Amino acid sequence: MSSNLMEVRNLTVDYVGENAIARAVNGIDFDIREGEAFGLAGESGCGKSTVAFALARLTRLPGLVTGGSVRFMGEEVLEFERERLRKYRWNEVSFVFQSAMNALNPVIPVSEQISDTIWTHNPKATREEIRARAVAMFELVGIPARRLDDYPHQFSGGMRQRICIAIALCLNPRLIIMDEPTTALDVVVQRDIIEQIVDLKAKLGFSVLFITHALGLLIEFCDRIGIMYAGELVEVAPSSAILDAPQHPYTRALGNSFPPLTGPRQRLEGIAGTPPAPRAMPVGCRFAPRCGQAMPVCSLIAPELKVYPELGSEAACHLLQ
Amino acid sequence: MSHLTETAPAAATPMPAKATAPPPAGAPSPEELMAELRIKPRPQIFRKVPPSWQTFLSNKAGVAGLLILAVFIVAALLAPVISPYDPYRRAGKPHVQPGVEHFLGTSRQGKDIFSQLLEGGRTSLTVGFVAGLSATLIGVAIGISAGYFSGKTDEILTFFVNVSLVLPALPLIIVFASFVEEASPTVIGLVLAFTGWGWSARTIRTQTLAIKNREFILAAELMGESKWRIVLREILPNMSSFVVGGFVLATIYAILAEAGLEFIGLGSPSSVTWGTMLYWAQRAQALQTGAWWEVWPPAFAIMITGAALVLVNFAVDEITSPQLRAARLGGRIRRFLKRRGRSVDVF
Repeated sequence: MSSNLMEVRNLTVDYVGENAIARAVNGIDFDIREGEAFGLAGESGCGKSTVAFALARLTRLPGLVTGGSVRFMGEEVLEFERERLRKYRWNEVSFVFQSAMNALNPVIPVSEQISDTIWTHNPKATREEIRARAVAMFELVGIPARRLDDYPHQFSGGMRQRICIAIALCLNPRLIIMDEPTTALDVVVQRDIIEQIVDLKAKLGFSVLFITHALGLLIEFCDRIGIMYAGELVEVAPSSAILDAPQHPYTRALGNSFPPLTGPRQRLEGIAGTPPAPRAMPVGCRFAPRCGQAMPVCSLIAPELKVYPELGSEAACHLLQ
Repeated sequence: MSHLTETAPAAATPMPAKATAPPPAGAPSPEELMAELRIKPRPQIFRKVPPSWQTFLSNKAGVAGLLILAVFIVAALLAPVISPYDPYRRAGKPHVQPGVEHFLGTSRQGKDIFSQLLEGGRTSLTVGFVAGLSATLIGVAIGISAGYFSGKTDEILTFFVNVSLVLPALPLIIVFASFVEEASPTVIGLVLAFTGWGWSARTIRTQTLAIKNREFILAAELMGESKWRIVLREILPNMSSFVVGGFVLATIYAILAEAGLEFIGLGSPSSVTWGTMLYWAQRAQALQTGAWWEVWPPAFAIMITGAALVLVNFAVDEITSPQLRAARLGGRIRRFLKRRGRSVDVF
């Protein structure tokens, strides 16, 4: 088992209002291992993106990381001051967000935008070195070098997203945080880009934190997956176990809401009800009101995320205890 | 630079002992957090008020501004009732010190300052608010129409905006004053209203141009909403802080310009306003002769009105920006993070 690149412990993020506090992420724990693709999945509003922003130290008021720790290679990210933070972002951890393709400035050729990134973090690099690096990164994501001096509007959405991935990769980060990087793209382009990331990951050896609500995509691409519900991690398991041996009823319900491509036709089961409001979280297990297997204890005591070594999973459910 | 050209990351660097990471900082429960940041649940009395008013009413500065304005306006409205003397007539000896007989003393001409202040507030505030409101209404109407309807409409309206921007209000009033012999407060107010809307039209037009290309406007158009509904219900509320800000600035400008014109003697000296009070005080060399009570009351009245309007403006800005609202907690959040050894680079 490889060592942990990033350790997130008891991470708590609140949205601070004038008269109330909404807890968006309630003390979650997970590790991202060296060279691993870790996936985070869950319904809209469960706190996935809030986690991504917190790890990137991009949480802005009214959002506030109120507790826990984020350790990157043993260092506390939440304590980084300006210069250290600058180095942490992009040199060590880079980001691709859902709207990344809109992050390109429309009036500057893409070559300059990638060169700027390289130059900002390597002020001593010569023009030729930077150019060579930019060409190499473009070829890596499958965009011919002759397109380097084109403007963003001359590319398709998928190509722009790949350019952003190239910019995210250009400084050899140890970890890339991808928050819904392909959600705005059609499935064919999506698949194309994901395969490219898998390829690059094998070649370059970085780790990926992949956040999406498309569970199917995660299962194919990730080594381990964390399932979030209402601001909490309910299960962390190897991706093969998420569909085949789900431990938490929510994971099972999520898995049942995707149609299998092969096998007999079956009726899909949705999950009845809606996620709880952040200001009116149920006592005990947050999934209990929607859970078909809820027991009396579930609405009294919140289950903790526990390791079940025989299953290779971690899950937070009273049924397993 | 070697790391720029290689594609594989350097061999795994030795990592600091990570197995023995210190225990994670405990997160406070929402209740503890609210106590530490001194966030209080919404007071009961606010429950029935709409949320935007709740935000406004929980801003102490804004409420203070509103109260000051309310006091001034009520005093002005009740001026005929509460004035101890006729502000237009001699009420005592010249330059009587403030005292029991004359609350704020008398002017050189023996008029009661307190009564004049109340009567002057009536005129100055009316001129200020009416001119400010008209300038804002004209500015918003022209700005939004130019921005939203674009094309020829925009060209024509922008032409008028530019004309109004280069029209110098003060010389215009001087010219007017020479025509009508004495520029009464009404004339001054009208000229200020018709020359003061240029900047608000300009900002509102720009803001409209920015908003009109957003998806929700496109959606409203596709859903078949009428143009007026889009302008009034979709675009205008997005600019409420601009509109109120424009109104506040236009009102302050009108009050100051009116007072300034009258102070230099371009107004009608027989009317009683804060500006003419200052004009007569200057004529009587009140400061030089130690009659401070003739100068300071109207001067402070103008200053405090302006300050109160600005306070209201700050509070209105907060309604439209959650970031500004959270920033109220700035110091407390900084201390919260410092106590935990966290970087405070979160703003």
